Amino acid sequence: MAGAQSVAKIELTSAIGAPSAAPHVTLRGVTKRFADASIYDHFDFDIPRGRLISVFGPNGCGKSTLINMIAGLTPLDGGEILFDGQPLSQIKFGYVFQNYREAMFPWLRAIDNIAYPLKVMGVAKVERTARVEKIVSNLNVKIDLSLYPYQMSGGQQQLVSIMRALVVEPEILFLDEPFSALDYEMTLFMREQLQRIFMETATTTVLVSHDLEEAVYLADRILLLSRHPARAVEFVHYDAPRPRTPKTMSEADFVGTKANCLEVFQREVRKG
Amino acid sequence: MKRLQILLPFIGVAVLLAIWSLTVWSQVVDPVLLPSPVTTFRAMWIGMTSGKLGADFLKTVQRTIYSTAIASVIAIPLGVLLGSSEKLYRSVEFLIDFFRSTPASAMFPLFLVLFGVGDRTKIAVAAFGAALVILFNVAYGVMNARKTRILAARVMGASRIRVLWDVMLLESLPQTFVGLRNGVSLALVIVVVAEMFIGSTDGLGQRVFEAQQLFDMPDMYAAIFAAGALGYGLNLFFLAIERRFVHWSGK
Repeated sequence: MAGAQSVAKIELTSAIGAPSAAPHVTLRGVTKRFADASIYDHFDFDIPRGRLISVFGPNGCGKSTLINMIAGLTPLDGGEILFDGQPLSQIKFGYVFQNYREAMFPWLRAIDNIAYPLKVMGVAKVERTARVEKIVSNLNVKIDLSLYPYQMSGGQQQLVSIMRALVVEPEILFLDEPFSALDYEMTLFMREQLQRIFMETATTTVLVSHDLEEAVYLADRILLLSRHPARAVEFVHYDAPRPRTPKTMSEADFVGTKANCLEVFQREVRKG
Repeated sequence: MKRLQILLPFIGVAVLLAIWSLTVWSQVVDPVLLPSPVTTFRAMWIGMTSGKLGADFLKTVQRTIYSTAIASVIAIPLGVLLGSSEKLYRSVEFLIDFFRSTPASAMFPLFLVLFGVGDRTKIAVAAFGAALVILFNVAYGVMNARKTRILAARVMGASRIRVLWDVMLLESLPQTFVGLRNGVSLALVIVVVAEMFIGSTDGLGQRVFEAQQLFDMPDMYAAIFAAGALGYGLNLFFLAIERRFVHWSGK
C-alpha cells in the first residue's frame, strides 16, 4: 500500500518537475486521405509537454492538416489522438489562424474578441473582464483594445487573436503559420512576442511554419515531415537558452541545427 | 482644388439643367410637352406644399415601407434558415430563382382576385417581389459566411446554434442590406405601377398618370421627380442605417 503510494507520488512529481517525462499528446495510427492522396497513413507521434514544437516540411505534405486534426478541425479517417489519455472534448486549447483578418470578428471590439471564448464557455461578465485584463497586463500589451480589428495593423490583429487563444488558459496552443501574412519587420516583432508568451506560460505549443529560420528560432523541437503520406523524418532538438535574440541566429548551434534541418528537407523534396 | 471636388456631383445636374433650359429656349420641342425647369420645380414646390402631390407622395412612401417591412419580416428569418443549410437552399433554389425572375406585375391579376381592389393588393404584390430579392440575398449572405470565422468560433467550442447566431447572422448583414436596398427599390417600382393601373385614387403613380391624362405636363414632371427623389432617398436611408449598424461592411 505504502509502496504503491510512493510510486504514485514519484510519477506525480516527475510529471510536474520534468516537462518531457510524459507525452502531452499521443497520436496513434492517425490516417487521413484527401480525394486520391493519402496524407497520413498510420502516423504515430508523441508531443512532449510544455515544449514549443515547430512543424516543418515540403509544401502540401500536411503540416496544417496535422494540427487541424489534433485540434479537431479536420476529422480523422482512422486512428486516435489523446491528450493525457483524454479526448479533445475534455481539454481547453487555443488555435491561431494564419488569416487573422478572417478569424477575428469585425463586429466586436478587440477586447470583446478576446473575451468571446470565455463567453462561449459561459463565464460571467465580471469574471470575463477580469480575465481579459489579467492576460493583457501579463503580456504587457500596449494596444488600444477598444478598437475594432479592421482599425488595427496586421500584427496587432494577430496579437489580439493570440490573446483570444490564450485567454482560456489553454493546455495546448496551436498556431498555423501565424506570421506568414505579416511583413518582415512585424514578423520579427511577433516572434519576440510569441517567445515571451511561451516563456511566461510554458504552454505546450505547436507551431506550423514554412520559414525554417522561424521554425528553429522559436522551437525546442522541430518535427520534420516527409512528403505525403507524411512520416516524422526527424524530431530535432534545439535547446538554446531563452530568451533567444537575433544574435542567437548567428551562433554555431543555431546555424548547425538549421543546416541539418535544411539538408533533411531537401532530401525529402528530391524524393518527390 | 480639394474643396472644388465636393462640387463634382453637381456638374452633371447643372449640365442637364442647362441642356433642358436650352431645349426649351430654342423651342426644339413643343413647349406644351416640355415645360421649363423653373415651371416644373415651381409645380413641384406648390404640389408638395399645398397641392395633392404631397399627400400622394406620403401615400406611396407608406405603401412602400409597409411592403418592405412585411417582406423583411418574412424573408430575413426564412433566408437565415435556408442559408444555414446549403442542401436546404439548393432544394428550393430553383423556385426562388424562378419567382424572382417572374415580373411581379404579371401577378397583379392573381393578387386582385386574392386581395380585392385596394391597398392590400398593392402592398401584397410589392412585398412578394421584395421578399424574394431579400430572401435570396440573406440566404447567400449566410451561406458565404467566411469559413475561417466559423471555424474560429467552432474551435472555441461554440455550438451550431451559437455559430449561426453569433457568426453567420452577423456575417450576412452586409449582404442583407444589399437585399434590403434592392428590395425597397423593387417595392417602389411595383407600388408606383400598381397605383397607375389598379383602380387607385392616390399615390405618386396615380399622380403621374392623372397629370398625363389632363395634359398637365409641369405636374407630371413634378410627380416623376418626386418619385425619383423618393427612390433615391430610400436608398440613402438604408445606406445610412447600414453604415451605423454594419460598421465593418467592406472592411
